[in-house]
Amino acid sequence: MNTLFDKIWDKHVVQVVDDGPTQLYIDRLYCHEVTSPQAFDGMRARGLKCFRPEKIFCMPDHNTPTHDQDKPIEDPVSKAQVDALERNAKEFGLTHYAMNSRDNGIIHVVGPEKGLSLPGMTIVCGDSHTSTHGAMGAVAFGIGTSEVEMVMASQCILQQKPKSMRITINGQLQKGVTAKDVALYLMAQLTTSGATGYFVEYEGDVITSLSMEGRLTLCNLSIEMGARGGFIAPDDVTFNYIKGREYAPKGEAWDKAVAYWRTLKSGDDAVFDKELAFDAADIEPRITYGTNPGMGIGITESIPGTESRALQYMGFQPGQKLLGTKVDYVFLGACTNGRIEDFRAFASVVKGRQKAKDVVAWLVPGSWAVRQQIEDEGLDKVLAEAGFAIRQPGCSACLAMNDDKVPAGKLAVSTSNRNFEGRQGPGSRTILASPLTAAAAAVTGVITDPRELL
Amino acid sequence: MKQKFDIITSTCVPLPIENVDTDQIIPARFLKATTREEKFFGDNLFRDWRYNADGTVVEDFVLNDPTYSGCILVAGKNFGSGSSREHAAWAIAGYGFRVVISSFFADIHKNNELNNFVLPVQVSEDFLKELFDSIRQDPKTEVEVDLPRQTVTNKTTGRSEHFDINGYKKHCLMNGLDDIDFLVQNENKTKEWEHGTEVY
Repeated sequence: MNTLFDKIWDKHVVQVVDDGPTQLYIDRLYCHEVTSPQAFDGMRARGLKCFRPEKIFCMPDHNTPTHDQDKPIEDPVSKAQVDALERNAKEFGLTHYAMNSRDNGIIHVVGPEKGLSLPGMTIVCGDSHTSTHGAMGAVAFGIGTSEVEMVMASQCILQQKPKSMRITINGQLQKGVTAKDVALYLMAQLTTSGATGYFVEYEGDVITSLSMEGRLTLCNLSIEMGARGGFIAPDDVTFNYIKGREYAPKGEAWDKAVAYWRTLKSGDDAVFDKELAFDAADIEPRITYGTNPGMGIGITESIPGTESRALQYMGFQPGQKLLGTKVDYVFLGACTNGRIEDFRAFASVVKGRQKAKDVVAWLVPGSWAVRQQIEDEGLDKVLAEAGFAIRQPGCSACLAMNDDKVPAGKLAVSTSNRNFEGRQGPGSRTILASPLTAAAAAVTGVITDPRELL
Repeated sequence: MKQKFDIITSTCVPLPIENVDTDQIIPARFLKATTREEKFFGDNLFRDWRYNADGTVVEDFVLNDPTYSGCILVAGKNFGSGSSREHAAWAIAGYGFRVVISSFFADIHKNNELNNFVLPVQVSEDFLKELFDSIRQDPKTEVEVDLPRQTVTNKTTGRSEHFDINGYKKHCLMNGLDDIDFLVQNENKTKEWEHGTEVY
C-alpha cells in the first residue's frame, strides 16, 4: 500500500473487471519486428485501426545485421520480417525508425535515449526486457503478441495487479563491481523464479548512486529473477538524463513535469508484499556457470552443487573455479550493456592492451546514437588500437537471430542477459558478465578477474 | 485454436525438467515467421531437445517416445521462464497440447498460454511428484482437468486438487471469447479515462 508501484498503477486503472483482471491504460507501446506481425494481422482480420497510433513507436532490432546495414539483409526470412514492420507501421500510421537510420537501435536503448520513456508512465512491448524502462521511474513490462494487439486496438491491457517487492541495497560497491554484477548477484540470491508475480522497486545507497545507464542495466535484468518489472523512483539523476531529449517535455511543460515526477516515490508508510535487503560489500564481480542467469558465482568462487544437466551442457565440473578458463568469443552489447557507459568501461580495461589472438570479439552499440557518442569521445580509436572494431547496432549475439552466432561448443563471455542452452547459437555456451569482466577476458583470452587489470 | 474449454481427460506427456525456458520451447531462429503458422511452430516445439544438429531424431526425448501421448503436458516447476515470445504458446498449441500442468509458471508465458486457449494448471509440488510417478509406472495414466469445477484429478491415484483461475478468464475460455473483444467493447470507458486524466 502507498508504494510507488501502487501510485502509478492505480492512476492508470480504467476499470477493474468483476472477478477478473484490471483494464490498465498504457502510455507507450514499443513494437519490434519479431513479436508484432501477428498482432498487425489480427488487427486487419478484425478490421481495426490503432486506437492511439501516436503512442506507438516501432523499430526493427532483433534481426538487423551488425554490418553493411546500408545493403539489403541477406537472409530473406529476416528481411521479410523487417520489411513487414515497416509496411505495417506505414499502414497503421505509426512512427517507424528504419534500420540504418540514425534513429534506430535496440528499442530498450532508443526509448530512454529519445525521451520517449518518462517517469510515471506505463510502458509495454512484446519483449520481456521492457523492464529496462523501469529505470526511468515507469511501470514497464513485457507482454505477448496477443497483448500487443490488445494495446494496438484499445491502448489498454488486461492484467492482474502484481504483488510488490522492495529490494534495498545499501553500502558502497567495490571497485570493479558494476550494476550488472549487482543484478547477477540478485538473480543468484533469488533464483530465476524468486520474484515471479512481483513488481520490484530497487532502493538504497547503491541504487541512488548508480548512473542512468547502470539503472537501466539493473532494471533490464529484473525479468531474470522472474519479476514482471523492476523500477527506481525518479530523482535528479533521472531528470538530468531526460532533460533536452527529443521527446522530453520542454519549457513550462518541463517544470510542470518535474514537479509531478518529484512526487513519484513510495510513501514512508509504504507496505510491500515482500522486502529484501542486501549489502554492497557482499558483491564481487560475478559470472554465471550454468544455463540460467540465476546460476552464478563471484568470479573467484567455485561452482557449487553436484553434477547436473546444466553443468554437463557447459562442460564444467562441480567445485571447479572458472578463472583461467579459455574463452573463444566476447560479446559487448544488448539492451543490457549496449550503452555508452558500457563502452567506456570496456575501453578503460583494454586501453593500452591488445585483444587476445584467439578471441573473436563483437562490440555492438545499442543504438546509432551510442555509436556516434563512442566516436565523439574517441573511444573507437582506443578500441581500434587494442584490436577491436565497433559494429552496427542491434540485438545481435544476445539471441543470435541475425548472423552473429556463437558456434556449437564455443565459450562466450557475454554482457547480454541470458545463458540459456543454445541462446547465442545452437550448442553455444554462454557466461554472463559485466563489460569490465568481458573486456578482461577479451585481452587475456581467459576468464580473468577485472580488478587485476584496473 | 479457440476451442471452447470444458472438461478434458487425457493421457500425459511428462517433462520432469525444471526452469524450462521459452528459448527451449521454441528457439529464436524459429521466430522469423510473420504469420501464426501453428503447425510450423508446433513442428519445432522443443526443437533442440527433439532433434540433433544434423536433423536426426533424439530417440530418448519424450516427444519422440511413442510410449507417451496425449494433449496434457506435465512439466517441472517454473515452466516458461525467460523471453515473452508468444511463439512458445503457439508451439505448444500447434503441437496439440491443450493443458500444461506444472507446480509453477512464469508470468508472461502463463498469460500467453491463456490467450491461446491453452490452460496452465498450477498444482502443488506433491501432486506434481505423484503425477510424474504415476506416469512413469503407467504411461496410460489419465488426468481429468475440469475447468468449470476448477479441479485436476490424477485418475490413477484418484488424487484431486483445486486450481486457480480468475472468473473472467474462465468465462473467456469456456465461451471462446478473447480480451480484445472485451477491450474494444469498452472503448468508451477508455475515452472517459483519457478525458479525466492528464495523459502523456
